[in-house]
Amino acid sequence: MTSQAPSPATTVTIRRGAYRDSVALMRVSREVSALDGVDAALVAMATELNLELLAQMGGSVPEGTGPNDLLIAVRATGGETTAAALERADAELAAMSTGGGGGGGGAEAPARTLRTAAARAARDGAPASLALVSVPGRYAAAEAFEALEAGLDVLVFSDNVPVEHEIALKDRAAGLGRLVMGPDCGTAVVGGAGLGFANTVRPGPVGIVAASGTGAQQLVCLLDAAGVGVGHCLGVGGRDLSSAVAGRSTRQALRLLDADPATERIVLVSKPPAPEVAEAVRAEAAALATPVHLVMLGGETDLSAAAAEVVTALGGPAPRWPSWSPAAAPSPRAGALRGLFCGGTLADEAMLIASAALGPIASNIPLRPGDAAWTLPADLRHDGHLVIDFGDDTLTSGRPHPMIDPSAREERLRAELADPAAGVVLLDVVLGHGAHPDPAAGVAAALTGSGSAVPVVVTLCGSSGDPQGLEAQAAALASAGAEVYLSNAEATRRALDLLKRP
Amino acid sequence: MSGEPTLLTADPSVVSVGAGLFADALAAQAVPVAPVDFAPPLGDGALDDALVRVLADPRRTAANATAVERVLAVRPQLVDVRPAGEALGLEPGTFYHAGPPVDWERASGPLRGALIGAMVFEGMAATPEEAERALASGAARLDPCHHHSAVGPMAGVISPSMWVFELVDEATGRRAWCSLNEGLGKVLRYGAYGPEVIERLRWMSAVLGPMLRDAVRAVGPLDIGAVVAQMLQMGDEGHNRNRSGTLMLLRDLLPAIITSGAPSDDVAEAVRFVSGNDHFFLNLVMPAAKLMMDAGRDVPGSSLVVAMARNGTDFGIQVSGTGDTWFTAPAELPQGLFLGSYGPEDANPDIGDSAITETCGIGGFAMATAPAIVRFVGGDVEFALATSRSMYEITLAENPAFQLPVLDFRGAPTGIDVTRVVRTGILPQINTGMAGRVAGTGQVGAGLVNPPEACFTQALAALAQAAPELPGA
Repeated sequence: MTSQAPSPATTVTIRRGAYRDSVALMRVSREVSALDGVDAALVAMATELNLELLAQMGGSVPEGTGPNDLLIAVRATGGETTAAALERADAELAAMSTGGGGGGGGAEAPARTLRTAAARAARDGAPASLALVSVPGRYAAAEAFEALEAGLDVLVFSDNVPVEHEIALKDRAAGLGRLVMGPDCGTAVVGGAGLGFANTVRPGPVGIVAASGTGAQQLVCLLDAAGVGVGHCLGVGGRDLSSAVAGRSTRQALRLLDADPATERIVLVSKPPAPEVAEAVRAEAAALATPVHLVMLGGETDLSAAAAEVVTALGGPAPRWPSWSPAAAPSPRAGALRGLFCGGTLADEAMLIASAALGPIASNIPLRPGDAAWTLPADLRHDGHLVIDFGDDTLTSGRPHPMIDPSAREERLRAELADPAAGVVLLDVVLGHGAHPDPAAGVAAALTGSGSAVPVVVTLCGSSGDPQGLEAQAAALASAGAEVYLSNAEATRRALDLLKRP
Repeated sequence: MSGEPTLLTADPSVVSVGAGLFADALAAQAVPVAPVDFAPPLGDGALDDALVRVLADPRRTAANATAVERVLAVRPQLVDVRPAGEALGLEPGTFYHAGPPVDWERASGPLRGALIGAMVFEGMAATPEEAERALASGAARLDPCHHHSAVGPMAGVISPSMWVFELVDEATGRRAWCSLNEGLGKVLRYGAYGPEVIERLRWMSAVLGPMLRDAVRAVGPLDIGAVVAQMLQMGDEGHNRNRSGTLMLLRDLLPAIITSGAPSDDVAEAVRFVSGNDHFFLNLVMPAAKLMMDAGRDVPGSSLVVAMARNGTDFGIQVSGTGDTWFTAPAELPQGLFLGSYGPEDANPDIGDSAITETCGIGGFAMATAPAIVRFVGGDVEFALATSRSMYEITLAENPAFQLPVLDFRGAPTGIDVTRVVRTGILPQINTGMAGRVAGTGQVGAGLVNPPEACFTQALAALAQAAPELPGA
C-alpha cells in the first residue's frame, strides 16, 4: 500500500463531425465538472480557443482534429471516476438531442400513432403499460404490431381480424416476450383496470385466462358474489384455442399468472377448444406451480359449477347464487324457448343446458354447425326453440355491439313477447364498464308495455361494484315482471321449468 | 425491444386506439389513457394483408435499425470539385437528369429546356431549335443522376463539361456528386436555355469551377455534415433556405480563394456570385444527403425510403429492401407562391432530386427550424411546427447530429418508413421551387408538395412480395 496520493490525469476523446451548440456544451461541461473526483472537464468543439483551454488542462488532441469535431476531456483521479465522468458526458450529450417534444409553442397535434401516444404518456409521467386496440378488424393487426414494437402488451378488442394476422401477431409477441389479448377480446382486468367490457371486482387471489368474454364476466361476477376477488383476468380471444392459433396467447397468459406471486389459483375458461389444443394446454397447465381449473364448456361442467368449485377450493362455503323475483310468479306455458343474448358464451352455455332437455335448438351460433335442425336461417326466423347471439360477428358488422346498443335485441324481445308460439324468453343483461349505462331500462320497458303472458327469465351478469348498480338493475327488471338470476345456468334451468312440455 | 413482463406489476396506463368509449371507460376508473387519432391506412382496404405481411416480416426491425444506423454513421466531406466527365465518367452525348428514368417523349417542359441548353452548352447543337430536333430524334442518351451516385436540383441535368462537387464518406469510401448551383431566375435547372444561361454555365466551368477546386484542395476536406448541423441552428432547413450554409462555405474557402493567385476580378466575381445566391449550398446539402441515404440501400427486409426524386413528369421513390426499383406515379403540382405575374397555370409538376433532403430528414421535415421560410412557401409558423412534428410519425429515427432548437433540440425526423406512411396516411412534406411548364421559362415560384400516395402503396406491395408469407395463410 502506498501512502502517496494518486495524481489526477487528463483523458481526451474526440467525436469527429459531431457539431453541438457551444452554449449547450458549456452546460454539459459544468455538469461533468461537478462530479465528485473530477478536477476539470471540457466538453466543447475543438476550436483553437478550446484547444488552448485543453492544453491548460494538460490534454492534447490527435493531428487533424478541427473545429467541427467534438472533444470530451476529463481530468480526474482514478479510472473509475474518469469512466463515470465520460459516461455522464455521453448521457448529457444524448439528452441534448432527444428533445422533450416541447418547445415551439403552438398546440400539440393529437398523436397519430401508438408509439407517439406512448412517448407522450411517458413524458407526462404515466408510462404506458398496455395498448387497447378497437379499430375495425382489418386494420387492427397493424396497430397491434406498432404497440408490440413500442414495448407494450396489447389488448385487441376488434373482431373480424383475419386469423393469419392473429397468428403473425402472436408470434411476434412471443418473440418480444409480450402478451396479445384478443383479437375479439371483449374483457380483461389488469392491475385493477377493467378493459373493454369489464365488471368491477374486488382484488383477490384468482387469476383468469379467458378465451371467452362473457364466460369470463360470468365467472368474475359469480366469484365476486361469493366474496372471492380476482387479481387479473387476461383475455386471449375466442379463437386462441382453435387448431390454427393453437393456444399461443393462452400459454403465455398461463405463464404470466403462474409467475405472479399474488395469484393463488388460475381459472382457464373457454368455449369448446380444438381437442389437440385442449390437450396441449392441459399439459402446460399441469406443469405450472399454481393450481389451474380448466373450464372448457361443452363437457360436463357449467360456469356456475366451476365458480363454486373455485370458491370451495379456496376454503369458502358452497355458494348460493343470488336471484330476484317479481311480485307475481309467472305461470308456465306451452311453447318454444326463445333465447336472446348479447354474450356469446352465455348463449352457448344456455344452449348446452337447454338442449339436453329440449333437443335441437336453432341458433346463429349453432352447437352443431352445418346441421340444419340446429341452424337459424339468415333472417333469424324459426317456429321452434331458438337462441340468438346478437353479439356475433355477423350481426355486429357495421353496428355497435348489443351491450352498447341493445336496440336490435329489444326489438326482437318485443316480437317474441307478442309471438303466441313463444313459451319462455331467456335473455342476458350484462353490466360493467363499457356496457350501456342502463341496459335494464330497455328490457323493462319492453316487458311493461307488452301485456304478454310469456314468462321472461334474465341472467343479470354484473357485480356489486359495477357503475350501473347491480341491485338497481335487478330491481328494475323484477318490477317489470322478469325473474332475475346472477347465474346463467340457474336462469336457464328456471326457463326450462317454466316451459310446459307436451 | 424484448422486455421484462410488466403487465401484471406496472400501474395500468393505457394507450387507446379506436372506439372512444373504452378510453372513456378507463378514464372513469382513473386509469391514465393516451388516445390515438386513428385514420385507416392508405389503399382503401386493399393493402391490409400486404401491410401485415410486411409488419410481420421477421427481418424488418433489425433491417431498419441497420439501414438507419448506416445512414446516421455517414460523415459527408467535400474533397474535390471536378468536371462531370472526369468525376463521373460521363461521356459526351449522355446527360444525367433528375428523378426516375424518363425519355424525351415523356419529358416535361423544364427538363426538355435544360436538355436543350445542355446540348448547346456542350457544343452538340448550334441553336436551341437544332438541339430540340436532335433530342427528339434520339441523339442523346438520358439516365437518372440517382443511378450514378449523383443528384441534381430541379431538372438536374448534368453534362460532361459541367463541374460537380465531389463528396466522400471516409469510413466507407462511398462517394456522391452534385452540379454547382447557378443561382435563381432564368437558369438551366429551371428549364431556361437562353444565351445568358449558356454564358453563365461557360463562366462556371471556366472560372468558378477551377477556383473552387483549388480552394477545396487547399483547405479540404470540408465537413459538410457539420455545416448542415449548424445551418439547422441558424434558420436554414437545407432545401429552400441555405443562406447560412452558403456563407459558412464561403467563410471556409475565402482565404484559399484570395491567396490562390487568381485575378482579383475573377475572385470578386466568384465571391459576388456565390454570396449573392442563397441556394449555392443546396448543391452541397443534396450530395451530403445522397451520401447518407445511399448508405441505407440494399438491406433486405428494410422499409426505409432511400430516395425520393422527380423528373417533372413522374415522382419516384426507392426503398432499401427493394433494390433499385422505382415506384412511380404522376408528379403533383406544388401549392405555393408565384413570382411576378406567374400563376398556377404556368407551373410544371414537381421536379428535381432535391427531395433527397427530405429523404434524409431535413428540408420540409425540418421546417420548424426555418420560420423565416414559411411565408415563401405559402405556410405559417404554426404550420412549420406542426409539419416537423408530424414527420416524426412516419420516420424511423431522430438524427442526433441534426437538431431543431425550436423543438427543444430534438433530432431531425429521419428515415421515412414505407409502412408508417401507409399506416398513417401522413405523406412526407417537401419544400420545393416551381419551374415553368414551358421549356425556357425558368423559375415561376416556390411552395409545398407531397409525393403521390401511389409511390408508397406500390412500394408496400413490393415489400410484401419480398417478405415471407404469413403463417397459416
